[in-house]
Amino acid sequence: MADLRSDFVGIKSPNPFWLASAPPTDKEYNVVRAFEAGWGGVVWKTLGLDPHIVNVNGPRYGAVWGADRRLLGLNNIELITDRPLQTNLDEIKAVKRAWPDRAVVVSLMVPCEEVCWTEILKQVEDTGADGVELNFGCPHGMSERGMGSAVGQVPEYIEMVTRWCKQNTRMPVIVKLTPNITDIRYPARAAKKGGADAVSLINTVSSITSVNLDLMAPEPTIDGKGSHGGYCGPAVKPIALNMVAEIARDAEMAGLPISGIGGVTTWRDAAEFMALGAGNVQVCTAAMTYGFRIVTEMIDGLSRWMDGKGYARTSDFTGLATPNVTDWQYLNLNYVAKARIDQDLCIKCGRCHIVCEDTSHQAITATKDGARHFEVIDAECVACNLCVNVCPVEGCITMEQMPAGTVDPRTGRTVPAEYGNWTQHPNNPSSVAAE
Amino acid sequence: MTHGFEGADVKAGRLTSEQVAANFADLHPPLTRHEAAVAADRCYFCYDAPCMTACPTGIDIAMFIRQIAADNPSGAAKTIFDQNILGGMCARVCPTETLCEEACVREAAEGKPVEIGRLQRFATDHLMADGVHPYQPGVSTGRKIAVVGAGPAGLACAHRLALKGHAVTLFDAKPKPGGLNEYGIAAYKTPGGFAEAEVDFVLGIGNITLETGKALGRDISIDGLKWDYDAVFLGIGLGGVNALCVPGEDLSGVEDAVEFIAELRSAEDPSALAIGRRVVVIGGGMTAIDAAVQSKLLGAEDVTIVYRRGQESMNASLFEQDLAQTKGVAIKHWAKPVRVVCEGERRGVEFEYTRSGSGGLEGTGETFFVAADVVLKAIGQTLETPEGPATERGRIVVDAELRTSLDGVWAGGDCVAAGDDLTVTAVAQGRDAAESIHRALTA
Repeated sequence: MADLRSDFVGIKSPNPFWLASAPPTDKEYNVVRAFEAGWGGVVWKTLGLDPHIVNVNGPRYGAVWGADRRLLGLNNIELITDRPLQTNLDEIKAVKRAWPDRAVVVSLMVPCEEVCWTEILKQVEDTGADGVELNFGCPHGMSERGMGSAVGQVPEYIEMVTRWCKQNTRMPVIVKLTPNITDIRYPARAAKKGGADAVSLINTVSSITSVNLDLMAPEPTIDGKGSHGGYCGPAVKPIALNMVAEIARDAEMAGLPISGIGGVTTWRDAAEFMALGAGNVQVCTAAMTYGFRIVTEMIDGLSRWMDGKGYARTSDFTGLATPNVTDWQYLNLNYVAKARIDQDLCIKCGRCHIVCEDTSHQAITATKDGARHFEVIDAECVACNLCVNVCPVEGCITMEQMPAGTVDPRTGRTVPAEYGNWTQHPNNPSSVAAE
Repeated sequence: MTHGFEGADVKAGRLTSEQVAANFADLHPPLTRHEAAVAADRCYFCYDAPCMTACPTGIDIAMFIRQIAADNPSGAAKTIFDQNILGGMCARVCPTETLCEEACVREAAEGKPVEIGRLQRFATDHLMADGVHPYQPGVSTGRKIAVVGAGPAGLACAHRLALKGHAVTLFDAKPKPGGLNEYGIAAYKTPGGFAEAEVDFVLGIGNITLETGKALGRDISIDGLKWDYDAVFLGIGLGGVNALCVPGEDLSGVEDAVEFIAELRSAEDPSALAIGRRVVVIGGGMTAIDAAVQSKLLGAEDVTIVYRRGQESMNASLFEQDLAQTKGVAIKHWAKPVRVVCEGERRGVEFEYTRSGSGGLEGTGETFFVAADVVLKAIGQTLETPEGPATERGRIVVDAELRTSLDGVWAGGDCVAAGDDLTVTAVAQGRDAAESIHRALTA
């Protein structure tokens, strides 16, 4: 059996699945239930200064659904904890004492004044918590008060606050980043410069999930008005994966631990984040959709997959996909593929044909000898993969590489054996000759 | 009443009104909005969708399902009605498993097609519940057209003609319009007075004058109609019933299944109908199934369908056969009636086993007896041939434009040879005949 034990910046947990700082980790009651269900750790819902903030008394969440009302994205306007600081501190202490083998990290968000940070850090240290996560991510509400993503969008602030924290605590400091920026590497580098032990990402994406066309107001609507929220869940996973990869492959940040967050729903999602360089993952929306029991599947699924692949511990595969994330200009232009439709699997829905015909390269037939028949025309196929993506039958359409030495009927050119990218291409005005 | 079957166990009230009401509840309950959304989401929106090709009325099925998925059920209904104004009834009675749903690519993929029929019902019910007819009569052409028969073919024809701006008079021999939709389909397929509501919906376009109780050959004639109108459409269905041609057929216990179904459909309280304890239904089509299943649902103890050929030759769809057997009807194949028996307490039908021989169906000589209190004949209906149009094998001959041999007279539905006795085909023919009439009158 694979060893799922995790050591993230010195914080140990029985598995790499933590609950992210969010509504599920607001109270002792919830966190104890999570630990009973098997979660490896939690990042406690963000603490702030007293007097505690208040939340709206109308709806806090909006949603985007897929088929059968499957929740694809959740949007929230809930702020940080709305309970007194001492209540939270007492519960954190009690939980950590009762569950010493689980990771308990405390999320923090206080104004950008050093004294605010030094004082709350001391109070958190007294609870016996394993570390802190600086919430520079929430895009709604708190950002209007100069906190959350308002800090995360200014690298200088990130570096400054991170440094204050590192200077004032022995606990590991994780900096949680907002995706609401143009290039994730700048805030991440700032965190590293400030001395952060790790970064965690992504926090939620600024969003309006839908508009109520009767009220003419965004959802969720409170007394006729709405405010942008933070988007999360499966829908944001691709954004999160890219941002994790951007940091993982950045030379300046080599070795900086990453806690991956953003739409993790199954063991496979977790494995993907970790393959791109995340040391562990944090989960929220999946738990808020299905409850805490989903961690059972995550643990079992990851463990079985690792056994199948021969990975003894999570560090064996962490970051293995990172080197394969590259810039477009380095992709091999001499790699030629063609779509292939398995006629035995084809159910003749014709979607591949119509999307290729209407929106792409007119490379799939609709009929053959007068009968309904979908087949790739190699002389037109550019291997764009659209047909694969729209085909409802998994494995029916595949992309087959053309062996070197064969002639691509589309271009009339022989497929070269050697690698050749854009930097070397004759059409590139600044190309350099291949060596 | 002809002599015979006295003392047979035939009585009303075998089941309570409540039991009968429960038995005759909707065969396919309507989808809820969420169920419809889930069902609609399964549609792949195929290119040149095979379901659409399989539909005799050519409904753009992929489009209407997409409209349902996008929470636009009224738009979906309009897509359906544009091709098939009786889309509501077709959603209930079409043998979808041999039409659109058989062609559905998900049938090929996983043996579970998109529930097209139930989705169609969802959309059409939604729009009809609004009570607003979605079409306006066309600008008046000044032409008058007689449509004879207010069944599916006649209704579809009349509606399309009104849409084109013609003034339509719709005649029907029966006291109520609707044809087989009103009188000839099992009650559990169209509960809640749907057939009547649908006729009101179709006529809601306006410019259609309904004249019931007017039978062709009795109250009106083709020649007279030709004189009074610019064109005539015959959608008169099949008024006659085939005879068994065996001794004892005229005994009082022997009834037409069509009559039985019509009586049931017209009954205020079906539990008040007299039902035999033991019922034998002779035939292998939808009518045989409808009569047999309804007998069972009204409390008959033993119901047996006897069909002269094998299962694969039955006109009733597989779904209908399964339904009958699920409801407790026995289906016996390869036997033909020899005589109806009424000898003291011995009442029923004597059958002879059959087989497929070199010269067609032949008896084996071996017989058996099925006891019965009621015998229902469902061995097909016949055209009550009107004077005038050429017929062939008992049906009116029409060309590709649905024109009969008589100038200015079109025909469609069960009465023509080109049909397949399906509601949906009758609708398609009525509609297409209207288009042909319109072309002829405006050329």
